[in-house]
Amino acid sequence: MRPAPDDLEFFLDPSRCIGCQACVQACGECGTHRGVSMIHLEYVHRPTGVQTAPVVCMHCEDPTCAKVCPADAIKQDDRGVVHSAAKPRCVACSNCVLACPFGVPKMKAEIDLMMKCDMCYDRTSVGKKPMCATVCPSGALYFGPRKFIEENRREEPVNEFQFGRQTVRTKVNMMTSPELKALPFDVLDFLPWEDKDFDPFALARVRDGAPDVAQSAVWDEATAGKRCSGTCTCH
Amino acid sequence: MSINSKALTAALTAAAAVVLVVALGSGGFRHFDPALLGYAIGSVLAAAAVGYRFTVWAERPPSRMYFKRGFELFLRRPAVAGVVDRGPAASAPAPAVPHGAGTLGSALARNFVAQEFIRQRSSYRWIMHLCLSGGCTLAFAITFPLVFGWVHFESLLDNAEMYRVIAFGVHLDTFSIHSVKAFLAFNALNFSAFFVLIGLVMAGWRRCTDPGERATQTFAEDILPLILILVVAATGLALTVSYKFLGGHGHGLWAIVHMASVVALLLYIPFGKLFHMFQRTCALCVSRYKVVGAAGPRARCRRCAGDFASQMHVDDLKTVLDELGFDYRFAGPRGEVHYQDICPSCRRGLLALNQGRSIGR
Repeated sequence: MRPAPDDLEFFLDPSRCIGCQACVQACGECGTHRGVSMIHLEYVHRPTGVQTAPVVCMHCEDPTCAKVCPADAIKQDDRGVVHSAAKPRCVACSNCVLACPFGVPKMKAEIDLMMKCDMCYDRTSVGKKPMCATVCPSGALYFGPRKFIEENRREEPVNEFQFGRQTVRTKVNMMTSPELKALPFDVLDFLPWEDKDFDPFALARVRDGAPDVAQSAVWDEATAGKRCSGTCTCH
Repeated sequence: MSINSKALTAALTAAAAVVLVVALGSGGFRHFDPALLGYAIGSVLAAAAVGYRFTVWAERPPSRMYFKRGFELFLRRPAVAGVVDRGPAASAPAPAVPHGAGTLGSALARNFVAQEFIRQRSSYRWIMHLCLSGGCTLAFAITFPLVFGWVHFESLLDNAEMYRVIAFGVHLDTFSIHSVKAFLAFNALNFSAFFVLIGLVMAGWRRCTDPGERATQTFAEDILPLILILVVAATGLALTVSYKFLGGHGHGLWAIVHMASVVALLLYIPFGKLFHMFQRTCALCVSRYKVVGAAGPRARCRRCAGDFASQMHVDDLKTVLDELGFDYRFAGPRGEVHYQDICPSCRRGLLALNQGRSIGR
């Protein structure tokens, strides 16, 4: 018998990602996505490694994307799923794209519509797994009962994130250290300009010629390396 | 629930405006048809509800920001938009900024009339929406002037087969009731119903067969408006069938049902999906905002230095977030860093970096 939809949860562990792109391909197969892949597969630090990380919508309890939408187009349903922008209302302003703390919404400029991960609503609302979790071979994306995660993973799931002064609680869980009750976000350690004046054009110059210059977060190690605290994964 | 005084004022103003235009257009109610009183009352109530809802919506911080900026940017042309320092990475010159009227005209033609954005989404939906919106617009364009007494017909005293068209007290035209012009005028509402029915069949088919729509649609938001429009179109056509083919049999009943359905539809507009016809006015402001933003100073990500948005957009969003009570600022040794200054791509990378750090990877 298929489990009740509310007994299943989404657990995300980017550190397990092997970059196979199965999730990217599967995502577009979902009925509510209409052939458009909503998942992001991000290179964590392309110049120094091939580590990738899948990013799905975390479905915030108080979604910033919905609050900043001028057209009131983004709705959260009773189960806490934050849906893509309502097609009649979306004015393609990109407020949601810029405001989401996880960088999730995608603006499809050619159709003037924001689309985002809706946790494959046509599937999860009837107790099926979202497409990405169905095909993920490494467990970076897992959708199922919490009990399975508790019994089989060293890490613990949290659904609270601290972005500076802003606490964000989500429906989707992130696997992290058992000691943590919330995942603290550190930004400053990952900013290459931390101890000097921000000079975006200097950074832009060193980025010229990078193969994925338009999409990825890359910078020249000679410029940036010394400013890292040494505790992050960019080393 | 508390009453929003500004919205209440807007509601009363909108209702009073409808009463006023009815009074002025009908020559002090002389040409107002009492048989259409139900439609008029429905229009007044709907205007009040639309005024209330629109004001509440437009007062939300993000909507207010776009309307405010939209008006500002439509009225002034950025004089130096083409020579703004866009940095060495921007090899292409800044795009020229057209006059506000040009942007407005283009946005109206492309978004409201041609509905190009829907065509890009799907040709099927485009035809469906054109039929629905075109049919409803034609019907309202005929019905409102008649209900409000702006336009009325009179037969000539010496020839009952000749009709005079009088609008706002001015004689516009005279035609025979057997002419093509009469056929078109008297059947215009039937033509609109025909277009609406085509759109409804297409919409109904989509609602029944599209897996994505079936999963996410709700009765109140997606099905009810189709039912209301269907009842209006069907009962409107029933009136024609009654007087044309049934010798007026059941005409009185159909007239009452039709009026009730139209009033129900009018009252649904401010509270449901159809309110998007008013919300899309924000798209006009957004179109100008994008044009000016593309030519102005650009925001560069503080992590990767990539150009990811207009600086105006990033700054305005910080203001909106503050107004909404969100504070995404990080305290640093040299001041605060706002998460809005980091591009979405880097935010996704930071999510993985912070998670990896938390588990020692």
